[in-house]
Amino acid sequence: MAIEGADLVKAAAFLGAGIAMGFGAIGPGVGEGITAAKACEAIGHNPREAGLITRTMLVGQAVAESTGIYSLVIALLLLFVV
Amino acid sequence: MNIDLHFAVTMAAYTGAGICIGIGAIGAAIGEGYTAAQATLATGRRPELSGEIFKTMLVGQAISESSSIFTLVVSLVLLFTTHSAVSTVSIVAPLAAGLCMGFGALGSGIGAGYPAAAACTGIARQPAMAGRLNTNMIIGAAVCQTPSTFALVIAFILLYSNFSGKPESPTWAAILGAGLATGLAAIGPGLGSGLVAQAGCEGTARNPEQAKAATNTMLLGQAIAQTTAIYGLLVSFILIFKSFPASDLLAPTVGLLSAGICVGIGAIGPGIGVAMAARSAVAWIPRNPTITNELIRTMLIGAAVAESTGIYSLVISLVLIFVV
Repeated sequence: MAIEGADLVKAAAFLGAGIAMGFGAIGPGVGEGITAAKACEAIGHNPREAGLITRTMLVGQAVAESTGIYSLVIALLLLFVV
Repeated sequence: MNIDLHFAVTMAAYTGAGICIGIGAIGAAIGEGYTAAQATLATGRRPELSGEIFKTMLVGQAISESSSIFTLVVSLVLLFTTHSAVSTVSIVAPLAAGLCMGFGALGSGIGAGYPAAAACTGIARQPAMAGRLNTNMIIGAAVCQTPSTFALVIAFILLYSNFSGKPESPTWAAILGAGLATGLAAIGPGLGSGLVAQAGCEGTARNPEQAKAATNTMLLGQAIAQTTAIYGLLVSFILIFKSFPASDLLAPTVGLLSAGICVGIGAIGPGIGVAMAARSAVAWIPRNPTITNELIRTMLIGAAVAESTGIYSLVISLVLIFVV
C-alpha cells in the first residue's frame, strides 16, 4: 500500500491517543486506590469522623484524577482536533 | 509466495509460543514463591502444624499454577498444530494469541499467591479455622484466575477462528489489538483480586466470628476489581467479531491496534487501585465489625473514583473503533 504523509500523521495520532489514555490511566487508578484504602483505614481507627474522612478522600482523589483527565483531553485532541 | 507465507506463519507461531510461556511463567512463579515463603515462616512459628500448613500451601500453589498451565497449553498448541496460512492475518493471529495468554497469566499468577500465603499464616495463628481458611483461599484464588481464563478464551478464539473471508488490511491490526486488549487488561485485575483475597484470609484468621462478612466483602471487592478485565474482554470481542471495511489507509488500521492497547494498559491501574481500596475495607471489617456499613460505603465510593480512568480508556478505545 502507498503510505501518504497525511495518512501517516493520522495513524500516529491514533496510536498516540491510545498510548496516552492507556498509560495515563495507570497512575490515577493506583493513586486513587491508595487514597481510598487509607480512607477505609482511617475510618477503622476513628469511625466518628467518617464524614470528614470521606470528604478529604474525595478532594484528594479529585486532584489525583487530574492527570487522568489531562490524558483524556490529549487523547481527544489527538483523535478529533490535530 | 505460498511457501513464504507458510514459513512466516510458522515463525510467528514459534515466536508467539516463546513469548507466551516466557511472560506466563513469571506470575505463577512469583505467587508460588511468596506462598512458600510465608508457609515456611508459619511452619517455623508453629512446627506442630506443619502438616496442615504444608497441605494448604500445596493447594494454594496448585491454584496459582493454573494460569501458567494455560500458557503452557497455548504454547504447545502454537508449537505442534498446523496453522492455516491464507493471508497476513494468519501470521498475526498466532502471535496475538501468544501475547494475549502470556500477559493474561501474569497478574493472576502473582495474585493467587497472596491468599494462599495469608491462609498459611492464618493457620499458624488460628488452627481451629483451618477449614474456613482453606475454603476462603480457594474461592479467592479461583476468582483471581478469571482474568487469565478470559485470556485463554480469547487466545483460543484467535487460534481457531477462520479469518480468511475478512479483508487483510484492517483485520490484522484488529486481531493484534484484540489479543493485547484482553492480555494486558488481565494484569491489574488478576493481581488486585489477589490483594483482596489476602485480606479476606487474614481477616478470617484475625476474627473468626466475622469470617462470613470478610468473605462477602472480599467477593464484592474482587468483582469490582475485575470490571476493567471485562472491558478488555468486551473490546476484544468487538475487534474479533465486528466486520471492518477493507482499507488501504494506515490510519484506520492503526486505530484498531491502538484501541486494544488503550483499553488493555488502561485497565492495569484501576484494577490494582480498586483492589487496594477493597483490601483495606476487608482488612478492617474483622477488626471493627460495628462500622461494616461505613467501610463498605467508603470502599464503593473510593473504588468508583479509582475506576474512572479505566472507563476513560474504554471510551477512547470505543471512539477509536466506532467513531474515527
